[in-house]
Amino acid sequence: MGAFLHRHKGFTPYLLLAPGALWLGIFFLVPMAFLAYESLQSGLFPDFQFTWAFSNFSDAFSVYHVQLGRSFLYAGIATAACLVLAYPLAYWIAFRAGPWRNLFLLFIVAPFFVTYLVRTLAWLNILADQGPVVRVLRDLHVLGPDGRLLATTFAVVAGITYNFFPFMALPLYVSLEQIDPRLLEAAKDLYASSTKAFVRVTLPLSAPGIVAGTLLTFIPAAGDFINAALLGTPKQQMIGNVIQAKFLESLDYPTAAALSFVLMGTILVLLLVYARVVGTEKLTG
Amino acid sequence: MTTTAETLPPRARLGVAGRAWRLVKRHSLTAYALLAVAYLMLPIAVVILFSFNAPAGRFNYVWERFTARNWLHWDAVLGIRSAVETSLEVAALATIVATALGTLMALAIVRHRFVGRGATNLIVFLPMSTPEIVMGSSLLTLFLNANSIFRLGFWTIFIAHVMFTISFVVVTVKARLIGFDRHLEEAAMDLGANELTTFTKVTLPLIAPAMLAAALLSFALSIDDFVITYLNAGATQTFPIFVWGIARVSVPPQVNVVASAIFLIAIAIGLGNVVWQHRDAKRRRAR
Repeated sequence: MGAFLHRHKGFTPYLLLAPGALWLGIFFLVPMAFLAYESLQSGLFPDFQFTWAFSNFSDAFSVYHVQLGRSFLYAGIATAACLVLAYPLAYWIAFRAGPWRNLFLLFIVAPFFVTYLVRTLAWLNILADQGPVVRVLRDLHVLGPDGRLLATTFAVVAGITYNFFPFMALPLYVSLEQIDPRLLEAAKDLYASSTKAFVRVTLPLSAPGIVAGTLLTFIPAAGDFINAALLGTPKQQMIGNVIQAKFLESLDYPTAAALSFVLMGTILVLLLVYARVVGTEKLTG
Repeated sequence: MTTTAETLPPRARLGVAGRAWRLVKRHSLTAYALLAVAYLMLPIAVVILFSFNAPAGRFNYVWERFTARNWLHWDAVLGIRSAVETSLEVAALATIVATALGTLMALAIVRHRFVGRGATNLIVFLPMSTPEIVMGSSLLTLFLNANSIFRLGFWTIFIAHVMFTISFVVVTVKARLIGFDRHLEEAAMDLGANELTTFTKVTLPLIAPAMLAAALLSFALSIDDFVITYLNAGATQTFPIFVWGIARVSVPPQVNVVASAIFLIAIAIGLGNVVWQHRDAKRRRAR
């Protein structure tokens, strides 16, 4: 084998790649083609026919544009909330945590070690109508006497924010940690106030982390359906809920496939716009 | 970078009041960091706490009283044991296969220049930037259209898990390989080792930590996955699917027990790593 590889050096990378690339090709790329094929079919389960049914897309969009818009709205708010909440924490860990750095990084990823569904269900305990949070908010008259947090938009967005927080915090930390503290000293030596040094030095240098964190949070958040299903009501349904129900409950595969494509396509368009705004170098690192 | 080069207007040095303000700010940031960590830990604490609850009704939402019964009889709920076992089996198998395939891909990408390298990078990147619901549903359409070959169940879950974990393995191992000193391999070859010996005696031990990290990550991703699994599982139940099914009826505290156990094992590994790194850093400083 060694001699063979030596004689055919050009082959080696392809031999190394073949198993993994085939797996990704057959079970990631080919399915995308099948999804496209399915999205252009018409008929009723189980007799779908391929008919170039582009109307699936327009129908899906006209019926479900509310859920689609809601998905991007919720994902957008949650991403912004993650950024605002995670930045100071990542900053503190990068510059102030000292020997506690690794421990606090472990704290950031700790939620990932609790099964996604279970940690979302835990918010049911915390936000429950008889729970402590609602009671305090009612006493403070932030909520009315019958006001609740569960089954509201707030609960769904808060759930998404919590669940994707580490995706924002980690890239932020990585980019902040790489900043040479001497640059900040230099800014101070040049009489920049700490606010100014932050705005002119730290913030621009952490931009790659902000970009990466935004993408890593926004994309999965837009496709999420667990938070809406567990913490919301049908009024908070997102596009993921619709796709999932179409596939598994109403067995309307063509519409579900079309919706998946609409979701993917919208994300791609948003990505391109985002790339235009922040610059492609920052997007790909 | 251009922003740093701009000249900043001169400003008076900080006075006593300024220093006091900075002190407050410094501590307020620390206080915020602790609060943020408390926020992250809150649901975890709730999960663990309620694994010791003896709920009055069907729902485990309100604290009643302490009991250790749920931990002693963690599999007293119908279906939970087989779901956990399926999760562990799938995760173990998918981890082994994904780590092997991903490591080979990383070796090819970092070590070789070849036609199609850009395309390979793209196909590795795509699964990480596709929403799970899209990956899950597209895979389901493949399985439905080729239902003479694939029957939804254990093996389709396994296929899906390898698919979405490979990319993470490639990225993790790649990072290690890029900082790899190739002179070590050349030295081995100069000393008469053939390619296979060099690989097993030099390369493999050096990338082993990255492979281990990648394997742990794959295992964690696999055991936690719900969306893709749910779409492609058929009637087979993994632990997350079991939780989803039972969440609509009632969540028994045993669900909290299993989640807590997984968490505690993972955190023990994580803490072990933190301590080990800490000691390693100390040893290096002492040298």
